[in-house]
Amino acid sequence: MSKYSSQEMVLNMGPHHPSTHGVLRFILQTDGEMMVKAVPDVGFLHRGIEKIAEKLPWQGFMPYTDRVDYVASVNCNLGYAVAVEKLADIAVPEKAEYLRVIAAELSRIGSHFIGFGALLLDLGAVTPFVHALRERETFNDLMEMLCGARLTHNYVRIGGVSQDLPQGFKTKCRNFVDHLEHEFIDEFNDLISYNTILINRLANVGVITAEEANEYTLTGPNLRGSGVKFDLRKDEPYGIYDRFDFDVPVGTGKYGVPGDCYDRYWIRIEEVVQSCRIIRQALYGLPGSGEIRTRLAKPFTVPAGEIYVRTESPRGELGYYLISDGGKNPFRLKIRTGSFSSMTIIEHLSQGVMVADLVAIIGSLDVVAPEIDR
Amino acid sequence: MDPEKLITILTSRLGIAVQSMDAMKNDDLMIVVDKKHLITAAGTLKNDPALGFSTLMNHLGVDYGDSMAVIYNLYSPALKQKVTVKVYLDRDNPEVPSLERAFRGIDWFERETYDLFGIRFIGHGNLKRLLLPEDWDGHPLRKDYVYPALYNGIETARIDMMNETDEAGEPHV
Amino acid sequence: MLERFNMVNRLSPDANMVLTTVDKAVNLARANSLWYLLMGLACCSIELMQTGGPRADIDRFGSLFRATPRQSDLMIVAGTVTLKMAPRLRLLYDQMAEPKYVIAMGSCANCGGPFDLSYSVLRGVDKIIPVDVYLPGCPPRPEALTEALIKVQEKIKKEKYFLKKEG
Repeated sequence: MSKYSSQEMVLNMGPHHPSTHGVLRFILQTDGEMMVKAVPDVGFLHRGIEKIAEKLPWQGFMPYTDRVDYVASVNCNLGYAVAVEKLADIAVPEKAEYLRVIAAELSRIGSHFIGFGALLLDLGAVTPFVHALRERETFNDLMEMLCGARLTHNYVRIGGVSQDLPQGFKTKCRNFVDHLEHEFIDEFNDLISYNTILINRLANVGVITAEEANEYTLTGPNLRGSGVKFDLRKDEPYGIYDRFDFDVPVGTGKYGVPGDCYDRYWIRIEEVVQSCRIIRQALYGLPGSGEIRTRLAKPFTVPAGEIYVRTESPRGELGYYLISDGGKNPFRLKIRTGSFSSMTIIEHLSQGVMVADLVAIIGSLDVVAPEIDR
Repeated sequence: MDPEKLITILTSRLGIAVQSMDAMKNDDLMIVVDKKHLITAAGTLKNDPALGFSTLMNHLGVDYGDSMAVIYNLYSPALKQKVTVKVYLDRDNPEVPSLERAFRGIDWFERETYDLFGIRFIGHGNLKRLLLPEDWDGHPLRKDYVYPALYNGIETARIDMMNETDEAGEPHV
Repeated sequence: MLERFNMVNRLSPDANMVLTTVDKAVNLARANSLWYLLMGLACCSIELMQTGGPRADIDRFGSLFRATPRQSDLMIVAGTVTLKMAPRLRLLYDQMAEPKYVIAMGSCANCGGPFDLSYSVLRGVDKIIPVDVYLPGCPPRPEALTEALIKVQEKIKKEKYFLKKEG
């Protein structure tokens, strides 16, 4: 490299590009094929959700939390509802807690399909992405049976959930979960996960050590891929997550070094299996009858105070910092998302890699643009 | 950890930096710190072996109308304890030292707070706008912000269909 | 089958010749191979991907996604357009070759949608580019997007390029 004289080139990648992570822009400084630095430029989907929260009543803000992360909307709804309930001391009925867990874990499965599907699409494997989309269609059908919407569900309400289980949902859900755990994941792994080309593209690429992951405040599967066993469902349980028995997969360097892109990809596949276990246990323990929603006062106000509540969303830690002044609208609402921190490490990881490896790194971190920009 | 015990340890370690300390909901603790002592307080919280608040969870800015504040949420994996640090700022000239040297991941959080509130972080290496375009005027999350009517030739005024009337004086709906 | 395309076989039933006008033949070719530019910005882009997916397959109408504006003749604006993104959208629209069509998919592209309350959102994509079909929904179902595509096809089939005067 050093015996040739060369000039650096500045390339623009985005904001419109054929990847599914959304509108992101990277300014690449490259020396031929080798990168010097990749600087992200974000804000192309900044819709001012935090300012809108100050104009709407507490319950009226729930549909906007769907749009914070639209592939895993029930998880975002759940975080907001838990935060308001803890600040206002509202109790949630037992049946509603089970329904919340079922919907949230289904949403996690749906989100991971897009997560690893998009990574594979970026690397050039189009067929596995279409397989994942086919399974996501069944998930869309289930959510449409449950709450009427395919994508932005708006299912969780402050004090419970909005709809009860319809006829036939339990059977269909159980069949779906059995099909995923016993048939689809094995078929998918045989199709792509043990493929030599994929291993060569993902193993030993974009290695994040545990110290770096803590320094850059990574959370969720990105942190667990580096070997740190920290899952908010086990370490700071909210709702009834402490009643379920499930494992927390951690990156162990399956085909390379712990903390590389392959680990972060493999963890998402394992988390789908663990979510299937949780859903099966929740369907078994679901009470047959009961209230699904606590009645709130009219007009609904939250006593003055501040709170920070964090929940585990498929992309990391989703935290809501609420400040209430006793009124009908939130005074200040800050949404802390997992993808925001994941973007900050890209500039550090991009030094000295090839341009093709940068695509693998961005895909393995599973960022979506609305979480970064809100 | 027991809140009383935590308050005792923190008061002894942080000393004069603390202005007030109260328990918060969700097993949290609110510490209001003076702006001059922020860097020493953050260093103590992070590096003291009995405390170990080395993980930054969240950072945000707030506009109270007559003053502003910045809030840091820290977590200690050793103690399994959360803590919230708040610093009140003067609204006419909001400036606060940057904690980028202590918590490297706070880089983009501080840029976002500068972008949306106008709070300047002294010592930050790259304090530019993050989410809004480079040529945007004003800081939107302030309480007295007025939405722009025109941006680079595009009309962006909002018509409030329910409450306003059009040019002829008729209601929209 | 030929009646659907307004092409009539006026000779004997087993003859393999079709009489039609040049306009109709050209419109048939153009309408059934609309390649769309992937302008998936926000939540509607997931429904756009699902429409291209296995169940509601948009490929059976001849539509294929292209990532570059030079090779596409339909732009499906799926998602919220912010003021930071608006100049880039206009640039991409200008790069498409004529004849070109635009579908505004979802409430955000039609009129700003739920983000009309925001400060940094373009209230409707028709402020910067001309729109042919407005598709409401938040997000619209794949069947709705297929209907919008068929409406664009019907619009194309009515166009006349070669016939200068009626009759």
